Amino acid sequence: MQDNSFFDTAASVLLEPTGLETHHLETLLGRLCDVQGSDFADLYFQYAKHESWSLDEGVVKNGSFSIDKGCGLRSVAGEKTAFAYSEDLNYAAILAAADVVEAIGRRGQDSAIPSLKRAQSRTPLYSGVDPIQQKADADKVAMLHLADKFARGKDTRVKEVMANISSVYEVILVARSDGKLVPDVRPLIRFNVSVIVEENGKRERGSMGGGGRMGLDYFDPELIQEYSDEAVRQALVSLHAVDSPAGTMEVVLASGWPGILLHEAVGHGLEGDFNRKGTSAFSGRIGEQVASKHCTVVDDGTLQDRRGSLTTDDEGNATQNTVLIDKGILTGYMQDEQNARLMGMGLTGNGRRESFAHLPMPRMTNTYMHAGDYVPEEIIASVKKGLYAVNFSGGQVDITSGKFVFSSSEAYLIENGKVTKPVKGATLIGNGPEAMQTISMVGNDMALDSGIGVCGKEGQSVPVGVGQPTLKMDALTVGGVEL
Amino acid sequence: MSTLNLTQAAEYALEVAKRGGADQAEASLHQGTGLSLTARQNELETVEKHNDGQIVVSVYNDHKTGSASSADLTRDGIKSTVEAALSIATFTGKDECLGLADADCMATNLYDLDQDHAWDKTVKEFSELVLECEAEALRQDPRIVNSEGASISSYRGSGVYANSHGFLSEGKGSQHSLSCSVIAADENGMQRDYWYDANRNPANLQSALEIGRRAGERTVARLGSQKIGSTTAPVLFDPVMAKSLVGHLLGSLKGGAIYKKASFMLDKIDHTILPEFFNLSENPHLKGGNNSSLHDSEGVATPAQRSIVENGVLQSYILGSYTARKLGTQSTANAGGVRNIRLSNTGQGFSDLLKELNTGLLVTELIGSGVNSVTGDYSRGAAGFWIENGELAYPVEEITIAGNLVNMYKNIVAIGNDTDERGNTHCGSILLESMTIAGS
Repeated sequence: MQDNSFFDTAASVLLEPTGLETHHLETLLGRLCDVQGSDFADLYFQYAKHESWSLDEGVVKNGSFSIDKGCGLRSVAGEKTAFAYSEDLNYAAILAAADVVEAIGRRGQDSAIPSLKRAQSRTPLYSGVDPIQQKADADKVAMLHLADKFARGKDTRVKEVMANISSVYEVILVARSDGKLVPDVRPLIRFNVSVIVEENGKRERGSMGGGGRMGLDYFDPELIQEYSDEAVRQALVSLHAVDSPAGTMEVVLASGWPGILLHEAVGHGLEGDFNRKGTSAFSGRIGEQVASKHCTVVDDGTLQDRRGSLTTDDEGNATQNTVLIDKGILTGYMQDEQNARLMGMGLTGNGRRESFAHLPMPRMTNTYMHAGDYVPEEIIASVKKGLYAVNFSGGQVDITSGKFVFSSSEAYLIENGKVTKPVKGATLIGNGPEAMQTISMVGNDMALDSGIGVCGKEGQSVPVGVGQPTLKMDALTVGGVEL
Repeated sequence: MSTLNLTQAAEYALEVAKRGGADQAEASLHQGTGLSLTARQNELETVEKHNDGQIVVSVYNDHKTGSASSADLTRDGIKSTVEAALSIATFTGKDECLGLADADCMATNLYDLDQDHAWDKTVKEFSELVLECEAEALRQDPRIVNSEGASISSYRGSGVYANSHGFLSEGKGSQHSLSCSVIAADENGMQRDYWYDANRNPANLQSALEIGRRAGERTVARLGSQKIGSTTAPVLFDPVMAKSLVGHLLGSLKGGAIYKKASFMLDKIDHTILPEFFNLSENPHLKGGNNSSLHDSEGVATPAQRSIVENGVLQSYILGSYTARKLGTQSTANAGGVRNIRLSNTGQGFSDLLKELNTGLLVTELIGSGVNSVTGDYSRGAAGFWIENGELAYPVEEITIAGNLVNMYKNIVAIGNDTDERGNTHCGSILLESMTIAGS
C-alpha cells in the first residue's frame, strides 16, 4: 500500500539519518505538553529539495539547487502558542528547541501523552515521485530551449524569451500530542514562459505557465508549445490595447484563472483565524446571504494532482471539499486545529505552513465556484457596455473592510453585446460581500487554473489553485485612465 | 561531525569548488537568532524563537555557472552543496558576461558601519512592551473594538562573503521592530490600520506608546470612509506611499530590466525624466544606516554616495557585474540591491502640501500589483482622504488611481520635508499634479 511507502520514505529521510525513534518523538511531545495550559502540541519534520533552471537570450544561464530540513515544535494553550524550530535533526538539537518552547510557554504540570501510532489516512492524491530525480538535467535544459524555439518561431515580433522550470520534492512527518503520526510526500512542479514582443518601438510582455503535484513528464512538447503560444498571444494583444475605461460598470470575468476573484473577494475573509478574532467582513455571518443565489463556492483540497491539493494538511488532518457558500448562503469557514477548537467548529484540513520554521494557520487549497447554466456567449451578449477580463496578474484584499483588488493583464471592451477592443491592464476594485451579491449570471464552463497560484499571508507563501466559470458582475469599479 | 564557523565554512566551500575544477567561486553565509512575540487583546498570543543558518554557493566554469544553497553548515553539508553547484554548471549554457565581479573592484578598506545592536531584554520584558503597545492603541478611542494585535521582533546575525579572488568580508547586523494593527467599527462597518517602526538600533525605535497611539489614531480616522465619483484630481502620496513611487523608479533602472529591454526607462541616461528639483541618491556608507555596507553582494566596493537622479536628469542605471558587462559598462556596486536611498525635498511641510493640493486626494494606502514594468502603465487600488481647500474633508476607499509612471514622474510638483526615515528609502510626501481616479 502506498500509504506505508510514505511512512517508510518519511522515516528514512527524516528520522533514520540521525537515529530518531518513535520514543524520542514521544518524549519531545511530552515536553511540549508540559507547557502551562497546553491542550495541543505537534512536531513538524520537513525535508524539502528545490531545483530551478532558467533561460534567457536563448541560454540556460543559471540553475540552482537547495535542500532545507528541520523540525518545528509547537505547543498551543488556548489562544496562546509557543514555537521554536531546529534546522538540525539530531535529537539533542531538537530537545534544545523543546526546552525553548517549554521556557517561553512557561512550564506547568508534567503530562503524559498517548503513544504515537501511524494514522489511517486516505489514498494519496498524488504520486510520491521526486521530480528532480525523475528527469536528467540535460532534459530539463532541453525543455527550456524548446520553449525558446516555440516562442521565437511563433512570431517575428518576439524579441526576448524567458523560461523557467522549477521542481520541489518535499517529505513531511507530523507527530501530534493526540498520538497521530502522519506522513506526506509532495512533488510540485512549475513551468513558465514569458516573452517580450516589439512592434514599431513599442514593447509588451506576455506570460503563461502551469504545473501541479506530479513529475516533470507532465511538461510534454505539446504543453510547452501551448504555454509558449499563449505567452506570445497575450503579449501581441497588449501591443494594440487602448486605455482602459474608468468607473463602475458591468464586468464579465472569463473562466479559470480569473477565479482569483473568489480567492480575494471571499476566500481570505472565510479563513477561521480572522473569523475567530472577528476581524473579517464575513465574521458572524454564517447562514446569511453573502453572495447572489447563483454562487456556490468551495475550497477543495482533494483534487487529484492539483497544485493546491494536499493529501494531508500540515497538521496531519485530511483535506476536504468544504462548501463555503451554498447558493449565496455562507455555510462555513476554513479551519486549522487551533481555530476549529476555539470556535467549537469542525476541522476542514486547511492548516498549512510555508515550512517547519513557520507556524501553521488556516489557508486555502483550491478555491472555486461551481458552474451555472449560462453559455458564456450569452453572458457577453447581455452586456451593453462593459469590460471582459480574461487574465489577471494578481490580487490583494483587506479582510477587515472587505475591499479587494485584482489587476487585469488581458481585458477587452464589451460594446452592444460584442467583445471589441483590447484595453490596457486595469485594476478592478470592490467590496467582497457587496460584489458577490452583484453576480447575476454564471456560465456552464467551470475551469480550474493551469497551476501557477501562490498565496501570501502574514509573510508565508503557499501554493494554491483557483477556478470559476465565466461570470457577470453587474457593478464593479474599473480603474482605468479614460473617464 | 563538527560545525565550522562561518569564515572556515566559506573558505572550505571555495576550496572544494577549486578542487572540483571551478575557475571561480563565491560563497555567502549567514547565521542568526531571533525572537518574535505577538499580543492580541491584552494577552500574549505567540512567542517564536528563530535560529537560522544558510550557505549559498555559486561556481563558474568557462563562463558557465551553477548555484546551490543549504542550511547544513557541516563539512559534509558544504561539500555536497558545492558539488550540486558544480554539477549544475556542467549543464548550463555559456555566457561571457558570467563570472565574479572584476578583482580590481573589490572593497579593500573594510571598517565597522555600526550595523549591529543588541536589544537586551528578557522574554518577559519583550512581552510587557508588546502588551503596552497594543493597550495604548486600544485606549485611543472607544470605537476601537478589536485588534489584529501588536508584534515585536528582535534579530541578530552574522554574515560572511568570500570569493576566489581572495576577497573575504565578515559582518554583523541586527534588525529590531515593533508594530501594531487595530480595528475600529461604527455603523458603516470596520476599518483597520497600523503603524510600525524598524531599526538596527533599538534605541532609535519609536516608543511602544508612540506606535500604539499612531496605530489607534490612523484606524479611527478611516471610519466613515466613502467611495467618491470618478474624476481627475491632484494626488498627494503620504511619505509611506511615496516610497512606492520611488521603488517603481528604482525597479525600472535595474540592469536586468534594461538589458532585456523590459523597462519603461530604456535609453534615458542623461535625459530629463523628472522635475529639476528631484534629486535621488544612494548612501551606502552611513554609520548606523538601515542598510549600510562597504561592498555589495559580489564584494565590489560601494561609493560613500552616488547620485541616481540629479536635477531631474538620470545619472546611472543600477548594475551588478553581470548586467554591467551585458551593457558594456562598469558595475555600480548594486549586486543585491540599492542602499540607503534618499530623496531631496522642495521645502514644504505636510500641511503646506495639503494647501498646495487644495482640492484632491491624499493617498495613505495602496493595494494590488497593477504596475506594468515594461510600459509604466499604473493602476492601483487606493484609500486615503478627500481634501477640500487644503483640509481633510472625509476618508475615502474603494477607488483606484491610474496613469503612466513616465508621465506621473514628470507631473510631480512638490516633495515634502516630512521625511519618513524608516527602511531603505527615505522620502517625504510626493504631490502629483493630476491622476485619474475611478470610483462610483
